[in-house]
Amino acid sequence: MRHQNSSRLERARPAMRGLAAFTGILALVVVAVTVSAVSIAGPRSGTVETTEADALATLRGSAINMEQTSPRMGKEVNTDLRPVRNYPEQPPTIPHKTRGYKINLKVNKCLSCHSRRAVEQSQAPMVSVTHFMDRDGQVLASVTPRRYFCSQCHVPQLDAKPLVANDFVDADTVIQVIRAKGN
Amino acid sequence: MSIIARSMALLGLLSRPSRHYSLAFLTFGGFIAGIIFWGAFNTALEVTNTEAFCISCHEMRNNVYEELRETVHYSNRSGVRATCPDCHVPHEWTDKIARKMAATKEVWGKVFGTISTREKFQDKRLELAMHEWARFKANDSLECRNCHEYVYMDITAQSPRAADHHERLLKNGEKTCIDCHKGIAHELPDMSNVKGWK
Ligand code: HEC
Ligand code: HEC
Ligand code: HEC
Ligand code: HEC
Ligand code: HEC
Repeated sequence: MRHQNSSRLERARPAMRGLAAFTGILALVVVAVTVSAVSIAGPRSGTVETTEADALATLRGSAINMEQTSPRMGKEVNTDLRPVRNYPEQPPTIPHKTRGYKINLKVNKCLSCHSRRAVEQSQAPMVSVTHFMDRDGQVLASVTPRRYFCSQCHVPQLDAKPLVANDFVDADTVIQVIRAKGN
Repeated sequence: MSIIARSMALLGLLSRPSRHYSLAFLTFGGFIAGIIFWGAFNTALEVTNTEAFCISCHEMRNNVYEELRETVHYSNRSGVRATCPDCHVPHEWTDKIARKMAATKEVWGKVFGTISTREKFQDKRLELAMHEWARFKANDSLECRNCHEYVYMDITAQSPRAADHHERLLKNGEKTCIDCHKGIAHELPDMSNVKGWK
């Protein structure tokens, strides 16, 4: 009895093997198709359609869960040519590079060229008198603590394409336009 | 035998002409021994002349080395590096020995923990920096000039600020590199009492 049973099993074996192989291959095909479908659809579903509104909403240009290649870093402007000031009270932008220029309680690299006494050697413009005034307008002997940390107001510039358009016009232009309309 | 007698005997032995070795052997042997000693001495000198040696002590690694890593002398577009001995050890042999003798004092400082913490180091920093400034001032920034020299600078390729300073004050020898380039490799100490700052 036992012997008979086992021999029947023996006979069924090749058929079972064939079935197993078939299901195996089927599973592989299914997996492969799913994977490729996902990978084709993946980026498309992640990309943000850049409509006008989106461009305003995000400068990032892609979904939050997407890794982006970062843009090349721009070069720091180092021409030493003074740029235009848009209004008289504007802190002028810095026309030179400032890599490694430390400003802390121990050192102020900027003042080693821009302080009253340093300009003879550096031939840099001296910090203007407003940098010596306390909040009551009293002129102090040295740069006021309010203006000690230069990079709070003055920034170097990068030679890079602006990310957003800027339609600022200065007061002269505004006056011109008003005059032109009035005439 | 008393100690005196014993040492007299030893002296006599040392001053007696050799009985067993030929003059040629002694001369040649001395020569070889000299080479070995000299070689070992210079090898030891070279080992202490590497950045790996300088930063093997944590005082240097955690303070000045960490700071150097952020500067142009560690990473730049051409990939050329300046290491500690490039700026701190003269190339001339006699100068090098003199600097090494001075450095033994620094080892003293290491053993007794004069600058064992960041805070202690910062407190001592002005003094240490002033030693280096004085050295650069005295040798006309020799170590800088091993790599940079005015005559090889292409002034037209420099920024107007750099070109102006170098032409006006460096060319005629009125100033030397360290006068204008303090803190080029490390953070600076409190500069409020240093001439030209503030
Ligand atoms: C090595 C000397 C030096 C150092 C250090 C230095 N500057 Fe200057 N800076 C100059 C010179 C020279 C000019 C003038 C360029 C020119 O001739 O127009 C200038 C120009 C400027 C201007 C433009 C002034 C204007 O009227 O348009 C600003 C702002 C300025 N620097 C800010 C700074 C700040 C902030 C720092 C520290 C982060 C600094 N500078 C460090 C030398 C220096
Ligand atoms: C609170 C903002 C503020 C801080 C901080 C500040 N500045 Fe200014 N800076 C200004 C403004 C605003 C102007 C232009 C109007 C004026 O002169 O007050 C100016 C002008 C300048 C000018 C041009 C002066 C001239 O006569 O053409 C220089 C140079 C300058 N700053 C350097 C510095 C330096 C160096 C520091 C750090 C010690 C510094 N500033 C800190 C706001 C600031
Ligand atoms: C082992 C050679 C070497 C020594 C020694 C050396 N430098 Fe340099 N230095 C360089 C290299 C390399 C650069 C980077 C050049 C580049 O921009 O590709 C550099 C750059 C500089 C710059 C430009 C900084 C900048 O922001 O662009 C200055 C300033 C400078 N060194 C000053 C000094 C001074 C001062 C000393 C002496 C205390 C000195 N160097 C010693 C190799 C050296
Ligand atoms: C009178 C002051 C002065 C002296 C002396 C001086 N430099 Fe400079 N150097 C400057 C200034 C200012 C700059 C430009 C600002 C900066 O890099 O911070 C500069 C820039 C540089 C640069 C970068 C060049 C560039 O185009 O930005 C190198 C390299 C340099 N110096 C090396 C030296 C070496 C080496 C010596 C000594 C042989 C020396 N300098 C002596 C003031 C000086
Ligand atoms: C490009 C030249 C240069 C290189 C490279 C350099 N140093 Fe310096 N080092 C200086 C100068 C210049 C000073 C003088 C202080 C200053 O101006 O920052 C100094 C000062 C020091 C001081 C005194 C404390 C201080 O910060 O002022 C120590 C300690 C020191 N260096 C150790 C090192 C070690 C360790 C290395 C290597 C990891 C190294 N240095 C690499 C130029 C250099």
